[in-house]
Amino acid sequence: MKKIVFLLLAVLCVSFLSGCEDKNKEGGKTAEKRKAEGVTGDALVISTLGDASGLIYNITSDSASHEVSQYIYNGLVKFDKNLNIIGDLAESWEISDDSKTITFKLKKNVKWHDGEPFTADDVEFTYKFMIDNSTPTSYDADFRLVTGFQVIDPYTVRISYAEPFAPALLSWSMAVIPKHLLEGKEAAKSSLMRSPVGTGMYRFKEWKSGESITLEANEDYFDGRPNLDRLIFRIIPDLNTTFMELLNGSVDIMGLTPTQWVKQTDTALFTNSYDKYTYLAPSYAYIGYNMKNPLFEDKRIRQALTYATPKQEIIDGILFGEGVPAHGPYKPGTLWYNDNVKKYEYSPEKAKQLLAEAGWADSDGDGILDKDGKQFSFTLMTNQGNSVRTKIAETVQQNWSKIGIKVEIRVLEWASFINEYIDKGKFDAVVMGWNIVQDPDPYDVWHSSKCGPKMLNFICYSNPEVDQLIDDGRHTMNPQERKKYYDRFQEILAEDQPYTFLYVPNALVALSKRFREVDPAPAGITYNLEEWYVPAGEQKYRFEK
Amino acid sequence: MLRYIAKRLAGMIPLFIGITLISFVVIHLAPGDPAQFIASMNPKLSETAYQKFVKMYELDKPVLERYINWLGKFARFDFGESFSQDGKTVMEKIKERLPVTIWLNVAGMVLIFLFALPLGVLSAYYKDSLFDKGVTVFVFAGFAMPTFWLALLCMYYFGVVKGWFPISGLRSFNYDYLSTFGKIADIAKHTFMPVVISVFGGLAGISRFARNSMLDVLKEEYVTAARARGLNESRVVFTHALKNALLPVVTIIGLSVPGLIGGSVIFESIFSIPGMGQLFYQSVMMRDYPVVMGVLVIGAMLTLAGNLIADIAYAAVDPRIRYGSKKSN
Amino acid sequence: MARKRVINKAKGNILFLAGAAIVAFFVFVAVFAPLIATHDPAHIDFNSVLLPPSSVYYFGTDELGRDIFSRVVYGTRISLFVGFVAVGISVMIGTVLGLISGYFGGFTDMIVMRFVDIMLCFPSFFLILAVIAFLNPSVFNVMAVIGLTSWMGVTRLVRAEVMSVRTRDYITAARIQGISTAKILFKHIFPNVFTPIFITATLGIAGAILTESALSFLGLGVQPPVPSWGNILTAGKDNILFAWWLSFFPGIAIFITVLGYNLLGEGLRDVLDPKE
Repeated sequence: MKKIVFLLLAVLCVSFLSGCEDKNKEGGKTAEKRKAEGVTGDALVISTLGDASGLIYNITSDSASHEVSQYIYNGLVKFDKNLNIIGDLAESWEISDDSKTITFKLKKNVKWHDGEPFTADDVEFTYKFMIDNSTPTSYDADFRLVTGFQVIDPYTVRISYAEPFAPALLSWSMAVIPKHLLEGKEAAKSSLMRSPVGTGMYRFKEWKSGESITLEANEDYFDGRPNLDRLIFRIIPDLNTTFMELLNGSVDIMGLTPTQWVKQTDTALFTNSYDKYTYLAPSYAYIGYNMKNPLFEDKRIRQALTYATPKQEIIDGILFGEGVPAHGPYKPGTLWYNDNVKKYEYSPEKAKQLLAEAGWADSDGDGILDKDGKQFSFTLMTNQGNSVRTKIAETVQQNWSKIGIKVEIRVLEWASFINEYIDKGKFDAVVMGWNIVQDPDPYDVWHSSKCGPKMLNFICYSNPEVDQLIDDGRHTMNPQERKKYYDRFQEILAEDQPYTFLYVPNALVALSKRFREVDPAPAGITYNLEEWYVPAGEQKYRFEK
Repeated sequence: MLRYIAKRLAGMIPLFIGITLISFVVIHLAPGDPAQFIASMNPKLSETAYQKFVKMYELDKPVLERYINWLGKFARFDFGESFSQDGKTVMEKIKERLPVTIWLNVAGMVLIFLFALPLGVLSAYYKDSLFDKGVTVFVFAGFAMPTFWLALLCMYYFGVVKGWFPISGLRSFNYDYLSTFGKIADIAKHTFMPVVISVFGGLAGISRFARNSMLDVLKEEYVTAARARGLNESRVVFTHALKNALLPVVTIIGLSVPGLIGGSVIFESIFSIPGMGQLFYQSVMMRDYPVVMGVLVIGAMLTLAGNLIADIAYAAVDPRIRYGSKKSN
Repeated sequence: MARKRVINKAKGNILFLAGAAIVAFFVFVAVFAPLIATHDPAHIDFNSVLLPPSSVYYFGTDELGRDIFSRVVYGTRISLFVGFVAVGISVMIGTVLGLISGYFGGFTDMIVMRFVDIMLCFPSFFLILAVIAFLNPSVFNVMAVIGLTSWMGVTRLVRAEVMSVRTRDYITAARIQGISTAKILFKHIFPNVFTPIFITATLGIAGAILTESALSFLGLGVQPPVPSWGNILTAGKDNILFAWWLSFFPGIAIFITVLGYNLLGEGLRDVLDPKE
């Protein structure tokens, strides 16, 4: 279903204090290298499941729109391959000693796709645009915390906050939009939604509704022209069809399902033309328990359910081994991940024991636990359209029945699942997933103030100590210090088990062999797309200039 | 004739109001609203933004008021704006999508008639023969095959293995550089598989209708009489009988429109064809009420148009209809 | 006399016999599913994932190691159940409205027939799709919505039949005798329309099974873990390129069943045709 991505809204604050000069030099080097090699041409054909709704990054929220428009715009900052924050439109930045003010120096050689120069006015306009009540954006929350925005000179802006706000720097990875084209216009109805103008490495070329969107290389890109002449996004709503188009050579890159990855990639048809890349995806799957339901009040119950959940079997069986068990909300291998927490290896015995301690026993011999005349049974819900989640539900149903817990499964259509059940708190337990955003701030999902309709702590987890840790972490700029709070937070979460964390899956990417300089890293695979090239002899598509 | 058409058109007005009413009721059965959908599971959306969406889409007003507003706009051919973020009007969205769907359905319908009529007529003529039985099984086999399954099998075999046809989509990347003839060939190539599969699935209805209609006619006295008079057998069957048998088949054109349009959801999703069916499915899943409503109404209007054309064609060939001998329906 | 003729005609109609045999076979499978199935259709076993057909797993196993044969056998129950109930609903609504409309005529008739015309204008699959998505897919909703959008044919049929018999002498006689309207409708008029309704219903079951599978393809059919042919086929389609058995068996079950109901329906039309 609809997946909301925050790829750009993500942080790993390692380089927070160190600035970023050296990184920029690295960027320049690549540009030179690219020019030296001089292999331009060809196109990358990418498939998307849905059509983009519009190409102004800031006011769209679907993944298809963001996937396309990320190449059209730049933010002030971005990630490098190892998820360090580096400058994008910003040459450098300084953070004041009280951590409440950030001053950005902007790059001077940047031009919009229509030739106008990019200046601090555009940044100011973007900020005002984000907090304007008439802007239909979903990403305004971070910008509303800004208390002062100053244009110091055409290439310097200063932004202040009332108190230190750790995710502040990263929030400026938001796409900067052109003032001269949007000022005084209604953005949602502007022609830029259909034919955008940005500063990015690709410029808009053509959009055939429901069929494809084509971008072409920005010859004047400040960081050097990307090698590939075009990016073509083909809209193919069905994953089977996409895979056949891949086999047929009509699509160059796609994310595979675990079964496709394991079972369908050993044919000559595939191996002759494609390489497979795998890396840990920034997401995790979990089973969440409604904390307002008395059934799950006792943490021993939740611990027992986790003990009775065969994480490894789920990974091996459903993901064909393409994932790692999850024990908390952070991605293993990142700075924030705390491996030193309580882990629950699969053990139905321990589960039974905990349940017995909590007073549940099968007193009437029907195979289902009961307590005070009430059976231990509940409904496990998930959304339709994600077969992996349905399979997880079916698997845990069988495993939990072994310890005397009766589970009914309900698979609901996404919109009503969210609106009618999640938002109204009408659920017992759910199988769902979160994207792991790069900034570690867990405020939205775990703070007790975020329990309520349309908020993300929908299970209503509430622990005063966790609330305090989250608040502290949010206002601490030093990553090492911040990490201490989050380490403790993970320990408590592991003890409380409001979620049974299931796994972090692998991203499984198939990519045509003709592309070179592909180098998967923690940031994913397309982070260095501008460096990809196809040797002259292997180029597939040719375009008239 | 003109008077007849005018009468038919006037008769459609109450139907039309009924259509809009039912569409409106259906989409408001739905729990959950699009503003929540946009807001759902997005931590970066502040509360005020949510209220903003509600207001923009008038979701705080009573249903009846919204219906009346909608009707008022509709009278000015304005279906309103889509709830999605692309800021397009419903009319723009439908206009983009309609030609493809009409092309697929007209092409499909023409081919269905081209194949189904002879099959039906011949199997009536050779009733109970091996040919008749073979045709019966064949056309029902087409109907009984789950379309998406057949489509996937064909895509794999003819697209991936044989490479005869493009697997999905409507046009090639180089479409814009092709000659006019090349463009037509390109689209024809891309739509070949979906059209053939929909024809296979649609043969049963028309060919069975033609067969039954022909059987009835063959039983009529004048056919027997003509035969008795020693007229050439094939002339009796293929001129006198055929003409009368095919008349009622005309009426079925109108009736088969909704089925074809409905089926386009599956074809368009699986073959990545950006038509009305795909638009409808996506809009339903996104709770884009104005578009859902627009497509339902336009779909029903196409059926009305189909019925009208069929009726006029029927009236043109059979004057009895025009002069009111048609019964109350 | 008439009965004997019908039986003789039936015996000579091979397609009718084939259709009847297929229908009977699958009804048998549905009724005795627990005896026929070789495994628990919901039993997950990660040690036997995606095995091809064998003497243990007649139709192979799926991605969770479940026995496809047993799933298809149990799926027969669900799919036929959906077909029967959906058609039951549509026949009930259609018959009642048709009887009322045809018998009373006039204004009532006009209202009912306009309603029928309106409903016939909608691409019914669109309506079904929208309503099920909005109300959530479940066995009950799928059946109810298919039923509620497919009664129009029956109404027209019943109405036409009623109109042709209501002025006959025995009906008039019954009315003069003071027999209640409801009784006249159901005792004297309904039997006349039974045959065409029966034929329509047979074809309707085929249509409902297909509709459920199309809905499943879009993710809006009967939802797992309840096995229906539609959702087994849909789950299998993702692996169609290398594990053919996942989609082949449910696909062929749908194919044969729908074909069977169609042949039966068409056969009935021939066999029960009083004109010959």
